[in-house]
Amino acid sequence: MKAIFGCVLAALLLTVGCKREQRLFDPGPNGSQLAGSVHATVVQAGGQPYQPATTGAYEESAYAVGEGKRLYSAYNCAGCHAVGGGGAIGPALSDAEWIYGSSPDQIYATIVQGRGNGMPAFGGKVPDYQVRELAAYVRSLSGQLPSTIAPSRSDQMPIAKAEQARQQEHPGDENIQPVQHPEQH
Amino acid sequence: MSAISILAAVPGFGGNQTLLNPAGPMAQRIEHTLALIFFITGAVYLLTMIAVGVSVWRNRLARDEFPPPQQTPPEQDRKAVTAVASAMGVSVLLLFVMMVASFATSHAIGKENGRAPFEVDVYGHQWWWEVQYPQPEAYKMVVTANEIHIPTGALVRIHGTSMDVIHSFWAPNIHGKRDLMPGYQTDFIIQADQPGRWRGQCAEFCGPQHAHMSFLVVAEPMDQFHGWMEAQAGTPPPPSNPQTQHGQQVFLSRACIMCHTIRGTVAGSRVGPDLTHVGSRDMIASGTLPNDAQHLAQWISNAQRIKPGVRMPPNPMPQQDLNDLVAYLESLR
Repeated sequence: MKAIFGCVLAALLLTVGCKREQRLFDPGPNGSQLAGSVHATVVQAGGQPYQPATTGAYEESAYAVGEGKRLYSAYNCAGCHAVGGGGAIGPALSDAEWIYGSSPDQIYATIVQGRGNGMPAFGGKVPDYQVRELAAYVRSLSGQLPSTIAPSRSDQMPIAKAEQARQQEHPGDENIQPVQHPEQH
Repeated sequence: MSAISILAAVPGFGGNQTLLNPAGPMAQRIEHTLALIFFITGAVYLLTMIAVGVSVWRNRLARDEFPPPQQTPPEQDRKAVTAVASAMGVSVLLLFVMMVASFATSHAIGKENGRAPFEVDVYGHQWWWEVQYPQPEAYKMVVTANEIHIPTGALVRIHGTSMDVIHSFWAPNIHGKRDLMPGYQTDFIIQADQPGRWRGQCAEFCGPQHAHMSFLVVAEPMDQFHGWMEAQAGTPPPPSNPQTQHGQQVFLSRACIMCHTIRGTVAGSRVGPDLTHVGSRDMIASGTLPNDAQHLAQWISNAQRIKPGVRMPPNPMPQQDLNDLVAYLESLR
C-alpha cells in the first residue's frame, strides 16, 4: 500500500515538469504601440546606439508564430513572397540568402522600414507585437525555429512543406549580398 | 423546472433565441417535432416512474433482506413475458413514430430548396460573421457584419461557408443548426414571418471566443428591408465637421486600414468586418457590446481585454484621436 502511494506521489510530482504554453493575448502598452521606432543600422550619427528589443518570447511561443502565419496572409506578405515563402516578385524567404540579414531584429527592421526594389514600409501601420510575430514566422520558413514551435499545418491546401518539417538553412555572413542599384547613366 | 416551463410554453412561448418561439415555418416544424418527442418521452418516463413506485410500494415489507429465490408458477411467468413483450413493442412503435416525424421534418425543411427570391452569403470567421448580399450590379452589393436583414414572409436562401474553422449558424427562432465548413458551401432556406430582431449564435466550438460570436437576424417588412438595402449599398457622405474629419484621418493613418474597409475611402482591406455603415448596427464585436461611443472606444483601445485572442490588436492612441475616431465611426450610418 505504501509503495503504491509512493509511486502515485512520484508520478504526480512528474507533472510539475509539464509546461503548458501560455498564450499572450494582450501584449501590453509597449507591444501594442505602432511599430516604427527601429533604427536602420547600429552605426548612428550621435544619439543612443541601437538597442535590439527582446524577441525571444515570440520565437518561443507556438501561438505567436501561428499568429505570424495568419498575418503573413492577412497582410498580404504572401502576395509577393508566396505562400510558404518560396518567393515570387519578392525574394524567397525559405532559403539561406538574406539580402538584409536574417536575425529577428533585421527582419523586424525590414518590415518596418521597407526596402528598396519594392518592399513597402509597414511602420506606423502595424502594432509592434504583430511585426515581431511576423518576423518569428518568417524565420520559421527557413527552419530557424524548433519543430515544437514552428507551425505544422495550413488552413489552405498544403502547397509547400510544413514549416515544422523544414530543414534548417544556415544563412551565413558570407551570403550577405550587396544591394543592387539600377545603373545610372 | 425547465421541463415545466416547456410544458407551459409549447403553445405560444415568447422569447428570443429559443426554438419554442418560432418566427417562421422552418422553426415551426422543428418546434412541432420537439413537442412530439417531448410529450412521448415525458409520458413514457412518467409511466415508468409510476410502475417503479408501485412495485417498490408493494414490496415495502421485504426491505433489509433479499427474498430467497423461488420457483414462480408458470401462469405468472407467462404474464410477465407478455407484459415485457408488449412494453417493448410499444417502445419500438413510439421510437418509429419519433423517427418518422423527424424524417418528415427534415424532408419538409429540405424540400424548400429551390430558388429563393433573396440570397445572402454568410461567411463564418473567428469570431464574427461576414454578411454579403450579392447583386447583379457589383456596385450595389451590400457587405455588412453580424447583422442579417431579411424581409418577412419571403424565402431567403443562405449560402454559408467558413473562412477558417467549422462554425455553425444557429438562429433558433428561424431555423435549426447548419454547420458552415471551410471550402464547402452549406445552402439552406430560411423564412421569418414575425418581424423582430432574432438573436443567433455560433453553435460549433470554434476557438477561445466561440461564446462571443453571435449575430442578429433582423426580420422587417419588405419596404423597410428595401430601404435598408438601399442605404447600405450607398457610400456614406464624407465627414462634415472638423471632429469627424480628424477621425477619418486617424482611421486612415493608423493600423485600422490594414484590416477594415470603409467604402469611399482608401481603406479596402478584407480581414476584419466592413465598417462602411458600422454606425447603423446594433452591436459591435459580434454581439458582445452595444454599439455606443463608450464601448466602441473601449473596444478600439484594447479589444484583447474584452475578447482575449480576438484578431483585433490593441490600439493605444491619444484620447483626442480616440474620441474623434469614435465620432467618425458612429457617423457612418
